[in-house]
Amino acid sequence: MHIVVCVKQVPDTKIIKINPKTNTLDRRSAPAILNPYDAHAVQEAVRIKNLTGGTVSVLSMGPPQAVAVIKKSIEIGADRGFLISDRAFAGADTLATSYALSKALEKISMDLEVDMVICGKHAIDGDTGQVGPGIARRLDIPPITNVIEVTRINLPEGNLIVKRKQISGYELIQSELPCLLTVEKDINDIEYAPMPNMIKAARYEPVVWSVSDLGEVDRKQLGLKGSPTIVGKMFTPPKLEGGKMIEGALEEQLNELMDILMERKDLFSFNNSK
Amino acid sequence: MPEKFDVIIVGAGPAGTSCAFVCAKNGLNVLLIERGEYPGSKNVMGGVLYRKQMEELIPEFWKEAPLERPVIEQRFWMMDKESVVQFGYKGLEWGQEPYNNFTVLRAQFDQWFAQKAVEAGALLVNETVVTECLVEDGKVVGVRTDRPDGDVFADVVVLADGVNSLLGKQLGFHKEFRPDEVALTVMEVINLSKDKINERFNLSENQGCTIEIFGDSTKGNLGTAFLYTNKDSLNIGVGTTLSSMIKAKLKPYELLDYLKTHPMVKPFLEGGESAEYLAHLIPEGGYRSVPKVAGNGVVVVGDAAQLVNAIHREGSNMAMASGKMAAETIILAKHEGDFSESSLNRYREELYGSFIMKDLEKYKDATHVFEKYPQYLRDYVPMVNRAASKFFTVDGTPKKDKQKEIMRSVTGEKGTIRVLKDIYRAWKAVK
Amino acid sequence: MEENRGVWVFIEVNEGKIEDVSLELLGAGRKLADKLNVPLSGILLGYGVKDLACQVIYSGADAVYVIDQPILKHYRTEAFMKAVIQLAEKYRPEIFLYGATPNGKDLASAVATDLSTGLTADTTMLDVDVDKRLLEASRPAFGGNIMATILCKKHRPQMATVRPKVMKALEPDISRKGSIIEEDLNLKEEDMRTKVLEIVKNVTKKTNLAEAHVIVAGGKGLGDLQGFQLIHELADTIGASVGASRDVVEAGWLPHEYQVGQTGETVTPKVYFAIGISGAIQHVVGMKNSELIIAINKDPKAPIFDVATYGIVGDAHEIIPKLIQQFKEIGREKGGEINYA
Ligand SMILES: Cc1cc2nc3c(=O)[nH]c(=O)nc-3n(C[C@H](O)[C@H](O)[C@H](O)COP(=O)(O)OP(=O)(O)OC[C@H]3O[C@@H](n4cnc5c(N)ncnc54)[C@H](O)[C@@H]3O)c2cc1C
Ligand SMILES: Cc1cc2nc3c(=O)[nH]c(=O)nc-3n(C[C@H](O)[C@H](O)[C@H](O)COP(=O)(O)OP(=O)(O)OC[C@H]3O[C@@H](n4cnc5c(N)ncnc54)[C@H](O)[C@@H]3O)c2cc1C
Ligand SMILES: Nc1ncnc2c1ncn2[C@@H]1O[C@H](COP(=O)(O)O)[C@@H](O)[C@H]1O
Repeated sequence: MHIVVCVKQVPDTKIIKINPKTNTLDRRSAPAILNPYDAHAVQEAVRIKNLTGGTVSVLSMGPPQAVAVIKKSIEIGADRGFLISDRAFAGADTLATSYALSKALEKISMDLEVDMVICGKHAIDGDTGQVGPGIARRLDIPPITNVIEVTRINLPEGNLIVKRKQISGYELIQSELPCLLTVEKDINDIEYAPMPNMIKAARYEPVVWSVSDLGEVDRKQLGLKGSPTIVGKMFTPPKLEGGKMIEGALEEQLNELMDILMERKDLFSFNNSK
Repeated sequence: MPEKFDVIIVGAGPAGTSCAFVCAKNGLNVLLIERGEYPGSKNVMGGVLYRKQMEELIPEFWKEAPLERPVIEQRFWMMDKESVVQFGYKGLEWGQEPYNNFTVLRAQFDQWFAQKAVEAGALLVNETVVTECLVEDGKVVGVRTDRPDGDVFADVVVLADGVNSLLGKQLGFHKEFRPDEVALTVMEVINLSKDKINERFNLSENQGCTIEIFGDSTKGNLGTAFLYTNKDSLNIGVGTTLSSMIKAKLKPYELLDYLKTHPMVKPFLEGGESAEYLAHLIPEGGYRSVPKVAGNGVVVVGDAAQLVNAIHREGSNMAMASGKMAAETIILAKHEGDFSESSLNRYREELYGSFIMKDLEKYKDATHVFEKYPQYLRDYVPMVNRAASKFFTVDGTPKKDKQKEIMRSVTGEKGTIRVLKDIYRAWKAVK
Repeated sequence: MEENRGVWVFIEVNEGKIEDVSLELLGAGRKLADKLNVPLSGILLGYGVKDLACQVIYSGADAVYVIDQPILKHYRTEAFMKAVIQLAEKYRPEIFLYGATPNGKDLASAVATDLSTGLTADTTMLDVDVDKRLLEASRPAFGGNIMATILCKKHRPQMATVRPKVMKALEPDISRKGSIIEEDLNLKEEDMRTKVLEIVKNVTKKTNLAEAHVIVAGGKGLGDLQGFQLIHELADTIGASVGASRDVVEAGWLPHEYQVGQTGETVTPKVYFAIGISGAIQHVVGMKNSELIIAINKDPKAPIFDVATYGIVGDAHEIIPKLIQQFKEIGREKGGEINYA
């Protein structure tokens, strides 16, 4: 079983603070991290590998610093990592990203055939969740998004069964291998990595590929050039109505608030059962 | 099968990283273990980095290290409730290469420095706590970490785990520190625009200023406060020995709030936004508190060995110097294949022969004297302020008479003999 | 590219019922189609769904393309994608909207890749530049309290997934007329690589945020897990549902189901209490359509006050207990327990 996990380096939005005056990111305080969903994706791949045997590779597209998320993945238990890094990839939207990643996946597959690709549900910086299904389409393998459990892997038959989260509840889906999963955080808990993994990761140097290493690639489909979407304008959303401040001492404020709420007869009713 | 390294270094602060850097540069197989998310993430320092020790490791480091501002002005304040007597030095030569010292933000600096050690060949493992030293036949042979399969082995373990050094305690090198041997310092990083900083501290681009504050900054307790300029933030902090904090029932953050709203300090901070709040211990025991620093297969460096000059607020430089000395000893020991206590004791000898222990010895009584005789801060600082006020007030009294009047009031309050005794005692402590 | 015309909406059906978001999109799509002076069509796929076509027309469509086949009984990317691509290649829409639901997002991503076109995710505002025939799909942008308009200039169709509950559905008009076009799909079950084995509906642990009438939502300003208990207490007192900002969810005080905002639930209750929530755009897009928004925040400059109907500047730890007490007193005066409507 060879599982490839796509991992992205993102700014930590938990820590990022936004400067309210300029509406820009205060990047000083924002370390780059492994997209949290992707960490779960790697953990799941490692869990599956421990059941079936095989290899877990991780693949990332990004600047040279993105090596850090590959090392992080090795800590979790991945066996090897590939980084595709090139100016030509810069400015990619989801269409161009899925193209570049699928080309890298094809190359990885030439060396060791890929049985499964796992992506995070979405990357916390853009929140699109479009890259995973895009890769699946390009590789012509079935995508199963929003997976919350890999229930069974049936290697002899070449299929698996997963739970897919739905608006309400979940679906149990069977799919042939190879396939692509995108995973929710609920799928597992990230385990505290064992020390040998930590040392291995500290030592690990991933394979780094530029565009020319990827073989036959249509450069027009890469980066900014290959991205059909562009950001037109940025604007602060129109101010909404209201904004009445309730002033005065705390007691007065509360009284006024209660008056407002109680005036709305449709909000609260009182049952006299007690 | 657990791995074995030449050296395992616990803690990627200035001490541990220096040691790792030198060892790795000399071809040793080094594992540097840090419990924080990354080096510097948990480290607190008011922020003055001294040039010399760093330069000995990485020449011209200022060209690439993430430094805040070169310090061109050092001020000392003796602060009373509504006044301050100040002196200091400002020298433009400090604003040019090779500089004198710098303000730094440790979160950035430590990370950069550790990266240098990694580039030199050390392996850095973050987010991992060393829980104990592994000891076999009285010899330290490795460490146990909090991770699964967490044992790692080495010829030498370097304890660079900072002021608390639980590992040193576990080995019996030192006891729990007494409350008068450590100071609790709280500090805040306050974001403030470059322009405002330059204006308020009378600086231009790429010039920094440090202010050390004595007296009312600690409400008269033994300790000091500081205010340092970064690029576009300020570091403000205050610390007193744990013992005075306990005695005076002070809460550390109350002290910091008091300082921040002090009329002499507040104008510097106005309009700034608090970005970070940190608390940390500083070893202040000095010479007498330095524990055993070398054992069988183990050495202790930096704060873990209590190497801090409390009076001059030097610590990171001593940490670096001790880390380097330890590394040199380890390299030699590796050469000889001898990691016994007597072999590693060469580090101890070097340490005791260096500026570090000489400085610490020189001030060995200082903290104790100040701790025992609180009048230095509680009484003399206000006194000096009153004296200055009198002296500088223009009211038609001849200066000579003013001096007499001041002397009279000083000795009058305390009695001549006591004042002389106090002065002598203080002079002896820091001479 | 010239010949691409018309606005399409993917009609999502679950358990024989059209998802609300699809009806909302018909409402929004109607406006776009009218501006562009083109027809609005619904894409209705499934098995036994034909009868829903009228409802699509009553809700604003001029035409419905229907493929009704057993192979489409359950949503499966591979089958639905093939069906949609077949229709899109044949009829060439210029704008194509999907609900930002698990299925809608999954399908749209696959279709966009296949058609090599742009797709804007989780849109919260839609408009169109009539002269250039450009869809202006806006969403909160990473980078502050700011919206970004995403354009797709050279590729057709222009596609977007749209958040549930941010657009308005039209009142169904049963006198509306439209055409229903049935299409065939040449797909065999044997060619399918995936199978839906079972569908399990949630019975337990439903937060019901989306349907709640009163929501008490708390943010990072509550300080810690302990502090956040006040939110639960207030909600219990008035029988409201609890909501949270993403930072609260990230901190682990509540599971993700409770998150309101761009990447959580969109809610439209009668009253929304936003307590200790700063009001970042990503949060606001999920609750701004609430009828009455009451914000409590100790920072008078917090952006939440810009969307609040009523704002109180103050400390949540002080205000909430008093509020609870007031509610209880009023409840006692009126001689009973409070129930929300
Ligand atoms: C408020 C304040 C202001 C100061 N101002 C100055 C100043 O201006 N100039 C100056 O030179 N010095 C100053 N100092 C002193 C200086 O910060 C220290 O002397 C210096 O940091 C000591 O370096 P170190 O490497 O020994 O210890 P530390 O910097 O404390 O590093 C120890 C490292 O070990 C890690 N660690 C600890 N235990 C473990 C474990 N069990 N497993 C794994 N990792 C562990 C810690 O996370 C930490 O990264 C100041 C200190 C404080 C608190
Ligand atoms: C791609 C992306 C998607 C996102 N999606 C979502 C989403 O779906 N939902 C969401 O909520 N966020 C989302 N976010 C995060 C969003 O940008 C904000 O970071 C988040 O909403 C902030 O949460 P908060 O208001 O609880 O915390 P903070 O921003 O930390 O605000 C806390 C507030 O509490 C106030 N406060 C503090 N103490 C008190 C007190 N004692 N009493 C009263 N008030 C007090 C403070 O003044 C402050 O305004 C997303 C971000 C990104 C980048
Ligand atoms: N640059 C990238 N490198 C590797 N994987 C990526 C990249 N961008 C997105 N992905 C994968 O696609 C998932 C969804 O990302 P997104 O569509 O951007 O929300 C992520 O969780 C990753 O698994």
